[in-house]
Amino acid sequence: MADRVLLAHGSGGKLSHDLVAKSLVAVLGNTILDRLDDSAVLEASGRLAFTTDSYTVSPIFFPGGDIGKLSVCGTVNDLAMSGAAPLYLSLSLIIEEGLPLAELETIVASIHQAASEAGVQIVTGDTKVVNQGSADKLFINTSGIGIIPEGLDIAGANARPGDKVIISGTIGDHGIAIMSQREGIEFKVPIVSDCAPLNKLVAEIVSPNVHCLRDPTRGGLAATLNELAGQSRVGIRIDEVSLPVEEAVRAACELLGFDPLYIANEGKLVAMVAPDEAEGILTKMRQNKYGTGAAAIGEVVSDHPGRVIMKTRLGSSRIVDMPVGELLPRIC
Amino acid sequence: MKFIDDYRDPKLGQRLIDRIQHLSTTPVRFMEFCGGHTVAIFRHGIRQLLPRTIEMLSGPGCPVCVTANQDLDKAIALARQPGVIIASFGDMLRVPGSHSSLQQAKAEGGDVRVVYSTQDALAIARENPDKALVFIGIGFETTAPTIAASIIQAEAEGINNYYVLSFHKLCPPVMKAILDLGEVSLSGIICPGHVSAIIGSHPYDFIPQDYGIACAVAGFEPLDILLSIDMLINQIETEQYRVEIAYRRGVRPEGNHQALKLMDSVFETGDANWRGIGIVPASGLKLSQKYQRFDAESNFAIDPGPAREPAGCICGSILRGISTPADCRLFKNSCTPEDPVGPCMVSSEGACATYYHYGDTGGG
Repeated sequence: MADRVLLAHGSGGKLSHDLVAKSLVAVLGNTILDRLDDSAVLEASGRLAFTTDSYTVSPIFFPGGDIGKLSVCGTVNDLAMSGAAPLYLSLSLIIEEGLPLAELETIVASIHQAASEAGVQIVTGDTKVVNQGSADKLFINTSGIGIIPEGLDIAGANARPGDKVIISGTIGDHGIAIMSQREGIEFKVPIVSDCAPLNKLVAEIVSPNVHCLRDPTRGGLAATLNELAGQSRVGIRIDEVSLPVEEAVRAACELLGFDPLYIANEGKLVAMVAPDEAEGILTKMRQNKYGTGAAAIGEVVSDHPGRVIMKTRLGSSRIVDMPVGELLPRIC
Repeated sequence: MKFIDDYRDPKLGQRLIDRIQHLSTTPVRFMEFCGGHTVAIFRHGIRQLLPRTIEMLSGPGCPVCVTANQDLDKAIALARQPGVIIASFGDMLRVPGSHSSLQQAKAEGGDVRVVYSTQDALAIARENPDKALVFIGIGFETTAPTIAASIIQAEAEGINNYYVLSFHKLCPPVMKAILDLGEVSLSGIICPGHVSAIIGSHPYDFIPQDYGIACAVAGFEPLDILLSIDMLINQIETEQYRVEIAYRRGVRPEGNHQALKLMDSVFETGDANWRGIGIVPASGLKLSQKYQRFDAESNFAIDPGPAREPAGCICGSILRGISTPADCRLFKNSCTPEDPVGPCMVSSEGACATYYHYGDTGGG
């Protein structure tokens, strides 16, 4: 076998078959995938959650993960944020010709590892190879199906005044890890992506007292809080002092002129929960390895609907707005 | 790594605020020259914490904002020339020029690339020896040394397809120009932090000496800024005007000798065109005779035609300190960060973008 992915690997012939069999099914296989029929046939009953996401991260390998792990965690987390227990994923690969097979294998191994950890099965998939320049090494799409347990009603429109706002840990780790890798900026303390499946953490805390869950990915915590404030038509007040940010991330943000509130996360969730339950939920979250840094960061209010206001360290307050456009390092 | 928290300490902050409130008796108007300071002041809600006697104004210290349309048009015209790759800091792409933008030129097939440093630009030049790489050199004394270093490196490596379109600008001359215009009466100036790390504090000595205006160089953390305001108030209340440094960890009075030497070896001062202010003598940096072969303006025929300003945009007045974004009828209406009319809404350090994002609760 060649040591790089060739256009012929996507032709549908023997090379395609070999690639799927040896590099994908051999690693990711299960009783459903192994049938290799045109569609996966699934058993499920109850309320289904269904989501899809495409992953185009560059670089495809970064401290703390790679595009494979990300493509599983991202979709698993999207399902988990509606309270669903994720069950099945699809996996579509768009590979730029020339990708070293060893890299593909590493990525498939980490897809397997992330799926195993999350307890989901890859049940269907597709592989395409495109000309050099038509994709950036590897693009992945995953879709996922999960089942929502009885009695849960978790949605972006469900935040109520009085709810406590909880974040499951430090913010900004993923975005800064990617950026430092992309721009070749090295820090003494390596900054590692927080990319992780959060479905087990969610399973431990969900109840009718959990009103909203969302993972603050692109646009960071600021975008998520603004979305939830808008959907629920409530105001959100947060306290800068209570925001968990790693020292190294804070330093990197200062250097580059960024605000950690706007930096992407891939292993964090925001929860809006009934005030009386907040302490109990925080305690449960902190017992999970992906929630050890959980903190209450603010509350939902009836004032200023649609707006997020932050009390600064100095005691003044300011608007936390939706991010606009791409984050760019400062010039001056 | 603890240093950031130390400069955001709420208790020390409160003590400084108390002291400022106690000291400040007469109404004063301060200009924070630097866009980075405007952002920090809004981000930390500092205006709300100051006594009513203190009015803060944003100055022209935003590299993207002060680039005149005429200069921007040159960059756009170059982007349309075959065989030319433009390398630029990202913010510049979205700034509307007279008729187009770099982003537009890129969409029409121009090879325009966003870079984060001159090292990236040099790498593109190396990879594309059959094309001309033109780096759009904007910024103040902070960025100029790195541009100078890239030119010296290109010379040493024999990279013959690297050019700089130099729109670099100098801060002290434009401060003098704003003071000489006399449109805005200032009691004190918060001098730029990163610029001063390069040039030191002495280049501002003329401000207290000739104009009787208080000066303090500040960093970008809340305590840095509060300390600089405290220094300004102190100077005014005791009528002892001088240039103080509230950013000792970054700025020495004499500046950074190495960086200054590098700048001197590659650049010479020339007139520069500032948006809203016009041509200010000796306020820009042009490539010196010895490095002419790296100068884009001398090596390419660039004719962008006459420049024009967008109707209704008051970025120029905002940069001179005589208007605030709230005075602009386009602000938040037809001019937003998604669809900006003027550069102050594009740049993350622009006054309009800052007012837009941090809103009225930051306004105080």
